[in-house]
Amino acid sequence: MTSANPSFVDYVRSVSPEALPAAPADAFPAVHGTTIVAARYRDGVVMAGDRRATMGSAIAMRDIEKVFSADDQSIIGVAGVAGIAIELVRLFQVELEHFEKVEGVGLSFDGKANRLGSLIRGNLAQAMQGMAVLPLFIGWDERAVRGRMFSYDATGGRYEEHEFCSVGSGSAFARGALKKLYDPEADEQSAVAALLQSLYDAADDDSATSGLDLTRGIFPLVMRANADGVARWSEQGVRELAEQIITARTGRPDGPRGYAL
Amino acid sequence: MNFYVSPEQQMLDRAEFARKGIARGRAVAVVRYRDGIALVADNHSTTLNKVAEIYDRIGFAAVGRYNEFEALRIAGIRHADLRGYSYDRRDVTGRSLAGAYSQQLGGAFASAVDKPFEVELIVAELGESPEGDLIYRISYDGVISDEDDLAVIGGDAEHTAARLRDGFDPQAELATVVERVGKALSSQQLEVAVLERGTGRRRTFRRVPRHEVTRG
Repeated sequence: MTSANPSFVDYVRSVSPEALPAAPADAFPAVHGTTIVAARYRDGVVMAGDRRATMGSAIAMRDIEKVFSADDQSIIGVAGVAGIAIELVRLFQVELEHFEKVEGVGLSFDGKANRLGSLIRGNLAQAMQGMAVLPLFIGWDERAVRGRMFSYDATGGRYEEHEFCSVGSGSAFARGALKKLYDPEADEQSAVAALLQSLYDAADDDSATSGLDLTRGIFPLVMRANADGVARWSEQGVRELAEQIITARTGRPDGPRGYAL
Repeated sequence: MNFYVSPEQQMLDRAEFARKGIARGRAVAVVRYRDGIALVADNHSTTLNKVAEIYDRIGFAAVGRYNEFEALRIAGIRHADLRGYSYDRRDVTGRSLAGAYSQQLGGAFASAVDKPFEVELIVAELGESPEGDLIYRISYDGVISDEDDLAVIGGDAEHTAARLRDGFDPQAELATVVERVGKALSSQQLEVAVLERGTGRRRTFRRVPRHEVTRG
């Protein structure tokens, strides 16, 4: 049976494959984006991304954006080769919208997560040459009535995360902080505070991750997804929280006190 | 055995064929109102749509053979999405889409092998301000016309358009406009969607649920 294929990617591949994101066959110096963190909270899920892009050991950009809304219910954050990553996000956004317009209904949340996996798999040859792109995909699943999070590997394998997750060069440091500070029963404000604290720690130990840049007024990009949909935190909202964190860190540089027992 | 048929006769026959197919269908009207453009169809089905979203500010309305306009709708979405992805979202225009439809319909109509499309289409584009609103009507033979405040396609389109145009107010509220169109189409079951200005959303197309369509 033939009917319209609702995939935009398949369509582009058939009519103008050169428009698809691709990297040159040989590894060469490219701009890399770094740390993205996400966590579940009482009403949904939140994501934050630092703003630094590096080229080797040099800082290429201080205000790059790596967190995007994929559609009205979901958010994608990307770490890795920035050029390919941001193209991939654009492609994914069109893919979801295209399906929705052709079919009249949107993809299921698992359908979206799988589709992103296959886009990543399409980049596998480049990933083998160091041109990897790794996303975090989170959002509100209307059928399951809860926030959900997915991480990926370079082969397109998708893994559902239930508590918190991180990706990028500073992710190990962020993960350690998030593990201690994360609280699934927290409200949105506290959840975002935990994300910012974890990015602060990532920036503290990873040179490719930027922290809370008060002098330039450049702060992590924060988005949340809950039953009301996706929203991006205002710059002012993030700034206020960031200022609180920096004030606290001035007294105690290694972050909020935890309890060993 | 070959018969000679004059080109004039052949075109007349093809037009007659297409018109008959279209006249069987229920009408669709696209009208301007206070906050944008309303696409209103006389449609009994709640799932087989006659009006649809093509792109951020572009809507589509069709009458005629379902399989034909459905294929044209999907081709339009592909055209728009590919353009927006390759260039920029702002480079997708109703003008270019209407031109592409006109080419395809006109090509099939003039072709010696293809069957003419038994459809009529409307491509509506919401402007940033009311002056920028565009409504194109494209008929089965590819003839394209630029309409001012409203356009009607389908069975008895001329009379319906004339009834609607009489005292038409593009500043009216949505409910008022929908009620007027409902009367003009003499329909109890309307499918309504709008391209809405000033919502701050990138995608301006919104389906108006049937229970929200207030009718007097």
